[in-house]
Formats: sequence, C-alpha cells, structure tokens
Amino acid sequence: MTRGNDEPGAGVATRRPLVPSRPRYGETVIRGLLFSCAALSVVITAGIVLSMIGPTISFLGQVPIGEFLTGTTWAPSFATPSFGVLPIVVGTGIILVVSLTVAVPVGLLSAIYLSEYASPRVRRVIKPALEVLEGIPTVAIGLFAFWFLHPLIKNLFPFLGDWRSPFSVGVAGVAVGLLIVPLVASVADDAMKAVPRSLREGAYALGSGKLAVSLRVVFPAAISGIVASIVLAGSRAVGETMVVLIAAGAGNPRLSFDLTEGVQTMTAYIAGRATGDIPVGTLAYDTLFAVGTLLFTATLILNTIAIRFVRRFRELYD
Amino acid sequence: MPPTHTPRRVRPATDVARSATLAALTAGTRRGRATSTAFLGVMLVGLSFALVGLLALIVFMFAEGGGRLSLTLLTEGPSTINPGGAGYRPAILGTLWVISGVIMLIVPLGVGSAIYLERYARKDRWWNRLIELNIQNLAGVPSIVFGILGLAFVARGPLGLGFVAIAGSITVAMLVLPTVILAAREALKAVPPSISDGAIALGATQWQTTRRQVLPIALPGILTGVILAVARAIGEAAPLLLVGAVNFITFDPSFTSRYTTLPVLIYNYSTRPQDEFRVLAAAGVIIMLVLVLAMNSVAVWLRNHFETKYREH
Repeated sequence: MTRGNDEPGAGVATRRPLVPSRPRYGETVIRGLLFSCAALSVVITAGIVLSMIGPTISFLGQVPIGEFLTGTTWAPSFATPSFGVLPIVVGTGIILVVSLTVAVPVGLLSAIYLSEYASPRVRRVIKPALEVLEGIPTVAIGLFAFWFLHPLIKNLFPFLGDWRSPFSVGVAGVAVGLLIVPLVASVADDAMKAVPRSLREGAYALGSGKLAVSLRVVFPAAISGIVASIVLAGSRAVGETMVVLIAAGAGNPRLSFDLTEGVQTMTAYIAGRATGDIPVGTLAYDTLFAVGTLLFTATLILNTIAIRFVRRFRELYD
Repeated sequence: MPPTHTPRRVRPATDVARSATLAALTAGTRRGRATSTAFLGVMLVGLSFALVGLLALIVFMFAEGGGRLSLTLLTEGPSTINPGGAGYRPAILGTLWVISGVIMLIVPLGVGSAIYLERYARKDRWWNRLIELNIQNLAGVPSIVFGILGLAFVARGPLGLGFVAIAGSITVAMLVLPTVILAAREALKAVPPSISDGAIALGATQWQTTRRQVLPIALPGILTGVILAVARAIGEAAPLLLVGAVNFITFDPSFTSRYTTLPVLIYNYSTRPQDEFRVLAAAGVIIMLVLVLAMNSVAVWLRNHFETKYREH
C-alpha cells in the first residue's frame, strides 16, 4: 500500500513504522476496563482480609490468643462464656480425615481407570456423571446423609459407638468424602492424562503390562498433580458447611473423637450462629470473624500448597 | 537451570526401567494376570462407589418426596401450620431474583477478566501474576467465608444494602466469579493462535481481533462455564445463611426486599421435627436437582457438540 504523497520509483522501498496510523483511545479505554474487571478479584480478596481483621483484633483484645487457640471448652454463647477453639477445630479435623479416607482411594482408583483403562466411549459417560455429582447442591447431599446414610452406616457398623444421637460426624465425613470424590478424580485424571505418551510407550516397548505402566510409570510421573488433587479436596472438605451442618449437627461442641456422635465444626459454628441478627461490635459478632479468620488461614495454606504442586507439575510436562 | 531439572526427569525413566524388569519377571505368569484382573476389579469398585452414591441420592429423594410433587408445590407459600399444603413459591422467586443478579454480575466481570488475562496481560508484570495467583486462591476459599464478607461489607458496612436479595446476589457472584474466570480462560486458550495471529497481521487491533475472531469461537466454551457456575450458584446455601436468606418469607420477594432461596428453605423445612416437613424438604430437593441436572446436561451437551464440531476443521 502506497500513499499519494510517497515518492514513486525512488528506488528505496519506504517502510512505514509498525505503529498505529492514529491513536486509538477506544483500545486504551477497553484495555483499562478489562484490567479493572481482573483487578476486582484482588479487591475481593482484600475485602475478605479487611472484613476479618478488625473484628478479629477486637476479639483478641477481649480473649487472650493462648486461651483461644489452646482452650478445650467452646461455649461462646453461655452465660459464663469460654472461647477455647480446639473442640470445633478437632471437629473440622475429623471431617477432613474421614472424608479423605473415603475420597482418596475412590477418587484415585477412578482417575487411574478413566485415564489409563477406560475407552473414549466409557469416558464420555463417566466424566459427565462425575461432574453431575460435583454439581449436586450440598444441601441435598447433607439431607441424603442425614436420612439415608446415617441409618445405613449405623446398621452396617453398629460396633463403632453407641449411635445415640441422630447426628454423626463419621456419617457427615463419608458424605463430604462423596462430595469431593469428583474433585480428586478430575484433577488426578488431568494430571495422568498430561503425562507424555512417550513414557507409556517406552514402558510398553520394554515389555510392561498395563498394570505396571499405570501404577509404576504414569502414577509416579503424575505424583505432583495427584498430591495437588488431594490437597485441594482437603481444602474443600475443611470449608464444607451445609453437609456438616445437617448431618453432624451444629450444637453441643465437645472435644470428642467418637465418630457416632454429632460434633460442631468451624464452618457449622459460623453458619449456625450467624443466622440470627447478631448486633455489630458485640463479642458474639467478633467471635464469628475470629473463627472465620482461622478457617480462611487454614484453607489459604492448603490452596497455596496445592497451587505450588500444580505449578511444579506443569513445569515438568508443559 | 538444567542441572536442577535433570533428577526430576530421571525418576520417571528409572520407573520405566524398573517396571519393565518387574514385568519381564511377572508378565504372562498366572500370578501377574491375577493381579491385573484384581486391580481392574478394585478400580471398578472404587468408581462405582461414587456412581452408586449419586444414583442412590437421586432414587432416595424421589422415593421420599416424589409423592408430594404437584403444582401447588410451586405455587403455594410456606406454612408452619399446614405443611401438607405448603410450597416453595417465595423461595423459587427468591432464587430467580438472586440468580438473575448473579448472572448480570458474573458474565461481564468474569469474561472481562478472562479476556484481560488471556489477550492483554503481559506475564512478566508482577501485578498480572498477582491477579492470576489471587484468582487461583480465591477459587479455593470456602463459601462460608464469602458469607462473612457479604455480612460485613455488603449487607452491612460500606455497601450497607441490608439483608435483601441483591446482597445475596453480590455475595454469591463473588463466590462463583473465579470459576467463571478460569472456565472462560480455558475457552479462550483453546482458540488456535493462528486465527488471532492472522487478524493481527492483517492490521486489526487487539480488541477487534478479540471481539470478532476470538470471542465467537470461544463463546460455547464460555457459555458452558457460565452455566456450570450458575448451576452451582442455585444450590449454594451456606453464604446466604449469613446475608439474610433464613427469613421465613410468605410474600413474593423482589431485588430489594427480604428474601429466601430454594436450598435455604429446604434446609429450613428439614430442621422441623414433623414428618410432613421431611417429605416437603425431599420434594424441594427434587425440584432443585431437576433444575441443576438440566443445566449441567445443557452445559455438557454444549461442550461435546462444540468440541466435535471444532475438531473437524
């Protein structure tokens, strides 16, 4: 393309510089708008941190941090309140352990099957089914656990405890496990799918069978992604609210390891306590945020670990 | 630095060698074959655990609440005196209001963020890396924490909207926003670079390229992500407990009125001791499952349809 004022036939090709012919302010505005959309997520995180810091500091001004973190009696709304957070932390811990005990073997076996054994046709059916399970509202899973799993597990394992309460932390843990199976399966499946074909083919060429290739080549090669899937699922289990609220009950926070008893978790405390109209600035309101801070910190640590493992895995194979 | 990477590369290779040796020793033997079959069995048992759980949930809810399904379930309001004639009308309307607010917020914000990160952001700038890391982290924050944020900043505090439906919309939108961004980014990433390179080479600006070439191709993928996020938003109850959805509402809610939503009212009914409420709650779960499963199916169909069409080229 030549312009009228260019000298034709000058011998040397005139080269237009690679800059826009006119300034495009619209492009800059659009870029700015898109950037502010993306930056909003940082504002949300800042909002979370800011909303928690004030009430948490105010809480720690009234309750010593040592008493909060190591106390073994959680009775914040009693006439003589006690703010030892350990019972509800232990409650969350039991949910975490039970749910991972269920979800890790089930999820990883499913992932190995989907990634290494299933035909594309089987995959096309099972993958969406797992996604559907992931999309089931947690209220539905909680009620399923409370009404169906509780009597079932009670009859199958009567020796676990005395099963006096309609609530059971063990049953809630199993239900949360069911909830996080798709997460473990899909992240681990993606990780194993990402392992280069050459590793599999090398092993087959040397005479390995399918089992050896799956368990001794692909599984170890994808281990970072697999660890990430477990940590992510753990983080999800720690933060799960409705299932725990319904199936483990929100009352009576006791420091107990009995799987057949109801227990209060950090999330269930927040959800159960905040449903009323709590006045701002009271100790009850601050307690809510102090527990929230603890929960947020715990999941933040788990997520950071998971992201690091995923990144290490990507560096290796992408 | 290559030296630090070498040991990691070596490990899979040694695994290959080790497995091959083991295979040479055990393959073909009866024991080797038995182990393989046993493992296949164990895998199928593991897989069926999840699928049977899903199936049992659906069957159980239909068995429990199926008899209660009728139009009055949708058209009648809640009642504590007459659970036999009560329904979910205000909760369904409340869910519609909350969700329409969520859609209006997450579509522009989520797609805008994804376009910025995929098409504009330079990866070597620290603020862009901060945004990326932040979104990944935000995707893993428990839903109840967003409820706390909604309580402190949206229902009260700076925004001070009160315990109304729009406060619920904002709270849930913040919760599902990272999912939408991540899904939209994947969809944008899947567009072949040759298409945008071609447009840029012909002199189109970045926005023209994105708007007219990249976005139309990525649209089905983005839509899939939005539908899945909305399906998740419909079933979300925990954060809404903190921003006012627990009210026992008997009137038709709107954006700026007090409200309740379907999963919250189901939870509310289920905590009552009478058997009629249990049946009512199960029937509510069926409504919610039908809604969520329908949306999931649409999303899966959209993705499969689009993927096969796209590969033909």
